[in-house]
Amino acid sequence: MEKAKNSLLYLDGVSVSFDGFKALRSLSMVIEPGEMRAIIGPNGAGKTTMMDVITGKTKPDEGDVYFAGNTDLTRMDEASIASLGIGRKFQKPTVFESHTVWDNIDLALAGVRKPFATLFHRTTKREIDRIDEILATIRLGDKRNWLAANLSHGQKQWLEIGMLLAQEPQLLLVDEPVAGMTDAETVQTAILLKEIAKTKSVIVVEHDMSFVRDLDVKVTVLHQGSVLSEGTLDAVSADPTVIEVYLGR
Amino acid sequence: MITAFIFRALDKKTWAVLIILLAVGIILPVLSIVTDPSSAFHVPTYLIALLGKYLCYALLALAVDLVWGYCGILSLGHAAFFALGGYAMGMYLMRQIGARGVYANPILPDFMVFLNWTELPWFWYGFNHFWFAMIMVLAVPGLLAFVFGWFAFRSRVTGVYLSIITQAMTYALLLAFFRNDMGFGGNNGLTDFKDILGFNIQAPETRGVLFFCSALALALGFLICRAVIASKFGKVLIAVRDAESRTRFIGYRVEGYKLVVFVLSAMMAGVAGALYVPQIGIINPGEFAPANSIEAVIWVAVGGRGTLIGPIVGALLVNFGKTWFTSGMLAEYWLFVLGALFIAVTLFLPKGVVGAILARTQKKPDESKAPPAVSPIQASQAAEEGA
Ligand SMILES: Nc1ncnc2c1ncn2[C@@H]1O[C@H](COP(=O)(O)OP(=O)(O)O)[C@@H](O)[C@H]1O
Ligand SMILES: [Mg+2]
Repeated sequence: MEKAKNSLLYLDGVSVSFDGFKALRSLSMVIEPGEMRAIIGPNGAGKTTMMDVITGKTKPDEGDVYFAGNTDLTRMDEASIASLGIGRKFQKPTVFESHTVWDNIDLALAGVRKPFATLFHRTTKREIDRIDEILATIRLGDKRNWLAANLSHGQKQWLEIGMLLAQEPQLLLVDEPVAGMTDAETVQTAILLKEIAKTKSVIVVEHDMSFVRDLDVKVTVLHQGSVLSEGTLDAVSADPTVIEVYLGR
Repeated sequence: MITAFIFRALDKKTWAVLIILLAVGIILPVLSIVTDPSSAFHVPTYLIALLGKYLCYALLALAVDLVWGYCGILSLGHAAFFALGGYAMGMYLMRQIGARGVYANPILPDFMVFLNWTELPWFWYGFNHFWFAMIMVLAVPGLLAFVFGWFAFRSRVTGVYLSIITQAMTYALLLAFFRNDMGFGGNNGLTDFKDILGFNIQAPETRGVLFFCSALALALGFLICRAVIASKFGKVLIAVRDAESRTRFIGYRVEGYKLVVFVLSAMMAGVAGALYVPQIGIINPGEFAPANSIEAVIWVAVGGRGTLIGPIVGALLVNFGKTWFTSGMLAEYWLFVLGALFIAVTLFLPKGVVGAILARTQKKPDESKAPPAVSPIQASQAAEEGA
C-alpha cells in the first residue's frame, strides 16, 4: 500500500483467466505520475488484457488495481473509470464511422456525460476552440467535415489519439498506435506521443522496436501474463531471458 | 432550455414534414365533412378511418426507428407498447359505455358481468376519467420499457439476444391478455365503444378529429425525434450504434442512454396505439402478436432506417400495399409478398427507399468526395518541404 500512495497507477498480483487459461499471472507494475512507459512482449503476452483490467472491461480474479493512490479500479465500470481520467486507444482503431471528424472529437470532449445533460447541451465557444486546437494537433483540421469512415487507416489512428486528448485524461493507455502506419506516420506518432507525455502519463503498448527506441522511455517486457524484465530498452534487450523468449526469435 | 432544444430541430426538411402532416390532417377531414358525397372532392368516412390507422402505424414505425435506426436496438416487441397504449384507451372507452351495454350495468363492462364479477377490479379504477387514461397511455408502456430496459441494458444484453427477449416479452403479454381472469376481456378484447369525451365515436366529425389528432401526434413525434437526434444526446446514440464499447471508454454510461431512448420510444408507440383503437373500434390480444412487431420493423427497413422520414414513408407504402393486396384474390399470399419485400429491400436497398433517394440527391461535396490517398502527415510534410 505504501507504493500505491505515491503512484498514479499501481497493479499488484493481478491475475485473470479465461476458461482456465491464465492471461495474466500475478502481474505487478507501478506507473509514476507524469511517467511514460512502453510495454512490449510477444503476441498473447497479456498486454491488451492488462489494459482491459485497468479500464474496467475485465475484472481481475485476484489482485489490486489502484489509481492515483487510493481509487480501487476493480470496483468501477468503464464509464466511471473514464471519467476519473483514464483514456484508452484501442489496438484496432475504433472511431465513430458515421460521425464527422468534428463530432468524434466533440463526443470525446471532457464535460457533459449524463443523458439529460447531453439532451439540452449547447456547444460553448470554449469547446469549439478546444476542438479546433485538437484538430490542429492531429492535423485533421481540413477534414473536420469528413465522415470518419472516409479516413485512411493512419488518419483514424490519429483521430482516435485526438479523441483521447479531448477527454483530458491524466493517464493515456495506447494500444499499438502505429500498427498499419507508414514509416513517416510512425515517426510523427512518436513525436506526438512524446509531446503528449510532457503533461500526462502514458502507457504505450507496441511491437515496433524502432518506434519504442524513438520513444526513449522505460520499458516493461511482458511474457505469459507477468513481467519478465523492466528497464531501459538497451538493458532489457541485453537481458538473456528476454532474448530467449522475445527478441531472439 | 426546451425551446432551444426544439428550435435546433427545425430545419427546412423538418418544417416541410410538419406542414405536410398538419395540412393533410386538416384538409382531408374537412373535405370528408363539408363536401357533398357526390362531389369529386369528397373523402368518404371509411377512408378517413383507414388513413388514420396508417398514421398510427407510421408513428409506431417512427418509434421503432428511433431505437433501431439510431441506437442499434432492434426491438421486436414494440407492438406490445402499441397494444398497451391501445388497451389504456380501450378501458376508458369501455367505461364511457356506462349503462348502455347489453347488461346495462353502469359500472361493470359487459364482459365482467358475463363472467359473474360483482366488483370492478382495482386496475380499472380511474379509467372513467379521460385525463387518467391519457396518463396511463404514456405511463404503462413507459414503465414496462423502463423495467425491461433496466434489466436488459444493465446486463448488457445486445443484438440478437435482445431481439429475442423483446419477442418473448410481447408473446408473454399475448398469452396473459388472452386469459379471461386477467380482466381485459380475454380473447374478445375491448369493443362496442359508444363515444369518446361525449362525442359519438362513429360520427364523421369525431372521426375527422381523431384523424387530425393522429396527424398531429405523428408531427409531434417527428419533431421530438428530430430534436433528440440533433442534440448531443443524439450523437451519443449514434456513437453507441457504431461502437458501443468505445462510447463507454469515453465515459458515457451506455445503459442510461439506451434506457432513456427506449422509454421515450415505448411512449410514442403507446400514443400510436391509443389513437388507433378508437378509429378501429376494437383492441384485442391479437395486437400483441409477435408478427405485428416484426411487421413494424419491416416498414422501417423498407422506408429506410435511421432517416426518421423513412419509417413514415415505409409504414404508409407497405400498408397501402397490404390493403390493396389483401382486398384482391391473392389475399392469402400477402405474408409471402411481405417476406419477399423485406428480403429484396435488405439485398438491393439496404438504406430503404428514402435512404436511397437521399443518397442520390444529397451529394455534399465534403462528405461524398473520396479522401485523397495521402495521409494528413504526408500532406503536411509535403507542405513543409514545399515551403
Ligand atoms: N475474452 C477473452 N477470452 C478468452 N481468451 C482471451 C480473451 N482475451 C484475451 N484472451 C487470451 O489471453 C491472451 C492474452 O491476450 P492479449 O491480452 O490480447 O495479448 P496481447 O495484447 O499481449 O497480444 C491471449 O492468449 C488471448 O487469446
Ligand atoms: Mg493486444
